[in-house]
Amino acid sequence: MKTSVFLGSVAAATLMAGVGMADTLADVKARGELNCGVNTGLVGFAAPDANGNWTGFDVDICKAVAAAVLGDPTKVKYVPTTGQTRFTALSSGEVDLLARNSTWTFSRDTDLKLDFVGVNYYDGQGFMVSKDLGVTSAKELEGATVCIQTGTTTELNLADYFKANNMTYSPVNIDSNAEGEQQYMAGACDAYTTDASGLAATRAAFADPENHIILPEIISKEPLGPAVRHGDSNWGDIVRWTLYALIAAEEYGITSANIEELTTSSQNPEVQRLLGTTDDLGAMIGLDKEWAKRAIMASGNYGEIFAANIGEQTPIGLARGLNAQWTQGGLMYAMPFR
Amino acid sequence: MTDLSVPASPPFRPSMLIYDRRYRSLTFQVIVFILVMALAWWLINNTIQNLAALGKDFDFGFLWSRAGYDIPQTPIPYSSDDTHLRAALVGLLNTLIVSILGCIAATFVGVVAGVARLSNNWLIARLMTVYVEAFRNVPLLLWILIVFAIFTEIMPAPNAFRGDNPSASMILFDNVALTNRYTAIPTLGMTNDPGSLDLGARITISWATLAFVVVLAAGWIARRMIATWAQQVQDRTGSRPTTWWASLAVMTVPSLLLIWYFGLHLIAPELRGFNFTGGLNVQNGLVALWLALTLYTGAFIAEIVRAGILAISRGQSEAAFALGLRPGRTMNLVILPQALRVIIPPLISQYLNLTKNSSLAIAVGYMDLKGTLGGTTLNQTGRELESIVLMMGVYLVLSLTISAGMNVFNARVKLKER
Repeated sequence: MKTSVFLGSVAAATLMAGVGMADTLADVKARGELNCGVNTGLVGFAAPDANGNWTGFDVDICKAVAAAVLGDPTKVKYVPTTGQTRFTALSSGEVDLLARNSTWTFSRDTDLKLDFVGVNYYDGQGFMVSKDLGVTSAKELEGATVCIQTGTTTELNLADYFKANNMTYSPVNIDSNAEGEQQYMAGACDAYTTDASGLAATRAAFADPENHIILPEIISKEPLGPAVRHGDSNWGDIVRWTLYALIAAEEYGITSANIEELTTSSQNPEVQRLLGTTDDLGAMIGLDKEWAKRAIMASGNYGEIFAANIGEQTPIGLARGLNAQWTQGGLMYAMPFR
Repeated sequence: MTDLSVPASPPFRPSMLIYDRRYRSLTFQVIVFILVMALAWWLINNTIQNLAALGKDFDFGFLWSRAGYDIPQTPIPYSSDDTHLRAALVGLLNTLIVSILGCIAATFVGVVAGVARLSNNWLIARLMTVYVEAFRNVPLLLWILIVFAIFTEIMPAPNAFRGDNPSASMILFDNVALTNRYTAIPTLGMTNDPGSLDLGARITISWATLAFVVVLAAGWIARRMIATWAQQVQDRTGSRPTTWWASLAVMTVPSLLLIWYFGLHLIAPELRGFNFTGGLNVQNGLVALWLALTLYTGAFIAEIVRAGILAISRGQSEAAFALGLRPGRTMNLVILPQALRVIIPPLISQYLNLTKNSSLAIAVGYMDLKGTLGGTTLNQTGRELESIVLMMGVYLVLSLTISAGMNVFNARVKLKER
């Protein structure tokens, strides 16, 4: 008798635990804090500064979502994840949102039960070599030793690229970008390969960035974007449209400087809808009227975030390229706010 | 006959389950058993529920899909087109390689250090104490990392061997190159290659290797027979015939003949392009892991050996000396055979520890079972539970096999009680 009661209550508790997982928005609101999975340290994308505050391109996505949902961009707990731990951290519920330059692929979107909500950086895999190696093309890397982060799509692209070009190489498997940097600097590998943006960020942190070149070949498509757990569409919508709000804001010229002014003065109906002065779009995703306005105010629009963290004025010095607005010949295209 | 009146047992009542000593122990055992089973059921059910909530199933089908990644050290042929299963097998073989090398070297280091720690020489004994205490009391991972760091930071890059006046040079008659990536050592080449035996699944063994194994085994048996014959002669006549040259001959001459027949020679590594080719490049990850595992486990084995020797009473060696045995023979014939009884059981657990500790390999980029099945495969397929369960099973089987083998050996050397 006792045993069956015990077992019954255990089963009930288990079931309730299972059901409770599904509403991420309620969980985040109840917690008062957004758990955001970020890189363990990639300057420009996500890295703690000298005072221990996380900054970067991916970090600003976390801030925007926290601002939209909780009304305060500082209410974020940053959870550093490696290439190996990131998806487990997300699917186990340790983080609510993964903004960690992760590539959107078919199997991750389907089999790993993640939902990529959009692309915040269109990237491709490249190679970095030391200048005194005298190599000018990735095709000259026959027989080279290549440092590669395990558990990444780049590991698979590398194998495919060398196979397709009938070349051999020996991989050196490393766990994090910091370890890769150390191995590369020690000369334990001839070339370091990862997303071209990551290479630029890594090189910017070197004492002698001028002595290292990024080879012209881009060997893969790496659309990087924030991901959420599969099965909670409402939370996915919130993150997706927060990202679109940032992109749309750049398109319509809304910046952190003029946002207050535009809120009262703008006659553009799309801007009015976005900033919540006319329609109440926020209610449709369980948020208030000014969610998008707060998200944009957190660190500015997409262009401002790009320029501040990884743009040409920063040591990382990435050009907009594919990541320019669609009106400027790029791929950044926010769906209509209507 | 005395009348042993046994009181008729009272009829069973439920309260006796607690108050009657005969039933009480049974009651508690049943309760504990039910609780344990309930806990197990809860854990399993919880896992199933949560997997279902995530929409994931439990399926090992991923093992047969294309792996797509490369592995630096492949004892059997492997390419990125092979399956995850084969990648796991490569990882398992890498685990076995480092474990076997580690067990052999750690035993050697441990025995030497253990005996040396008992030395009458003050300096040697103290040095060994320092070694044992330093390695036993610092976490293994740190030793692995520091050995690896020494290799990558101090050794020259392959590039340094280039040019007319290179800043680094090869050692051992230009046969071995120590670099910050690997140690390039020569491989064996044959001018008269007999081909290889195909074991299926693209695993082959050279006929030459098999020939050497057969010849060495036969030589060892012949040596045993010579020793038995010498013993018989000694028992009969009282004087032992000189056999060392015959033993030496049966052990070496056939092998030398084989070497001449196959035209065995060394192929030295050469610097071509970015790296050394032609020879065998032993990854620094393997060397660092092997060295650290050896020195770490060796320190524990040293203590076991020391304890084993100290466990033999002083009277044994005194008796042996009184019979006129020299110190070397005393150690070999009297002390060690008895000490082995004490040494072997804890030695088994050290071998098990070494094998399990080899799973720290990923820290130095050595792709063992944890690096392939539990690392890249797990990550690329997202099958955490399946990979981990499979890996646990493999390590369990590995440990039990080592344990069983060592137990057989222990049964042979332990004191025969009649």
